[in-house]
Amino acid sequence: MIMLETENLSKNFLLHLQGGVRIDVLRGVDFSVQAGECVALTGPSGAGKTTLLRSLYGNYRAGGGAIRVRHEGAMVDIVTASPRLVVEVRDRTLGYVSQFLRVVPRVSALDIVADAARGVSTQQAHEMAAALLARLNIPARLHGLPPATFSGGEQQRINLARGFIGSHPILLLDEPTASLDNANRDIVIEMILEAKAAGKAVVGIFHDTFVRDAVANRIFNVLPLQDAA
Amino acid sequence: MNDDTLLSARGLNLRFGAVTALDQVDCDLWPGEVLAIVGESGSGKTTLLNVLSGRMAPQSGVVWYRDPNGHLVDVHAMPAPALRALHRSDWGFVHQNPRDNLRMGVTAGGNVGERLMAQGSRHYGNIRAEAIAWLEQVEIDADRVDHLPRTFSGGMLQRLQIARTLVTHPRLVFMDEPTGGLDVSVQARLLDLIRSLVRRLGIAVVLVTHDLAVARLLAHRVMVMQRGVVVESGLTDQVLDDPQHPYTQLLVSSVLSA
Repeated sequence: MIMLETENLSKNFLLHLQGGVRIDVLRGVDFSVQAGECVALTGPSGAGKTTLLRSLYGNYRAGGGAIRVRHEGAMVDIVTASPRLVVEVRDRTLGYVSQFLRVVPRVSALDIVADAARGVSTQQAHEMAAALLARLNIPARLHGLPPATFSGGEQQRINLARGFIGSHPILLLDEPTASLDNANRDIVIEMILEAKAAGKAVVGIFHDTFVRDAVANRIFNVLPLQDAA
Repeated sequence: MNDDTLLSARGLNLRFGAVTALDQVDCDLWPGEVLAIVGESGSGKTTLLNVLSGRMAPQSGVVWYRDPNGHLVDVHAMPAPALRALHRSDWGFVHQNPRDNLRMGVTAGGNVGERLMAQGSRHYGNIRAEAIAWLEQVEIDADRVDHLPRTFSGGMLQRLQIARTLVTHPRLVFMDEPTGGLDVSVQARLLDLIRSLVRRLGIAVVLVTHDLAVARLLAHRVMVMQRGVVVESGLTDQVLDDPQHPYTQLLVSSVLSA
């Protein structure tokens, strides 16, 4: 079952402050991912992998084409959906783990993670968050602290816990293991495999070929446009 | 006005002499949604807030509000007492300067309790208990309940104003630069407080701010205003991370990152 697909997706950036320079990044992208499948986006640096991933999430506004997401049984086009519907799709269907944690001042790591849980009581959310953080080797003494002062690897694991706790049917992962040591990397691999086994669709950028080989069913190569043309 | 919007404005225009404050502004807000209006000083964002909340009349255009019974009311055609009643109960307004809202000669507890009394509560013990509960929600010690606001710091005054506003469980709150005059450390605490209260209580908010970080933290959607015109609107993270309009690109690229 297709969970997410794009059709003829394009994206360009028009930089008004730089004299109206137009940068074409994506053109004619047709891409899909099935339930229980992980597709790895590959391609040289600057080819537009992150741009594609961010467009899928609606973080970047697509220039043309369609991005259809299976949301509560129906296909929703992220490109034309109202902002309110995109918020709902993100809430219930589409999870995203960015490369860097955007820190909310004063909020503890545990609350940041618990906040992203869906459809459970506050207490259950806290228990799930604590369990996920423990699994990702974040010691309990750090759970109550705001992650602003945490190391890069710790922040990334907070981000991962936040992305996985919602158990969204579709997960977008941008370099989820970039700052992790091997032990933690292996835990993330395990979590991705479990998500696939549970029928989730995963799209990710994994520079680490070990991770990519362990989790990806397929590769989708994103080519820089000048090469593709 | 479609299906279940809480507040809808169409074609709002307002000029102050040669200055256009609002130029054909449309706006919709749904229950529980936080909408940020951003732009530089003079862009018309505070004027829009005042017109949406009925505090200022537009020269043309209409603002509809759906009351708790599901009836649509034209905010600018309501009799003044009905609008005042709305502002006392179903709506709240958080000013940049808390002194514009608080009564400085009345105790903290009195400031919170007054909104309840205005709504019809009469039992002194209940009002006091509720006031204390709200002071605690906004992280003010219960033993400050009988102190006058003038003994409070700026951040405490702002939190007191928020307690006074939320005590009546409004469905819609207007906020004008709520973290404006505060130290950065106090701002972070207040933002976190607003964020969690708004989420927990499911309040719809129209928030005016010139601080894009505040919009990112609190708002589902943003509207960008320049010289009275809404030049861009959409999902908060999309507008801030992939701004389309030249003015939004300028705003976003002008922010210093610490």
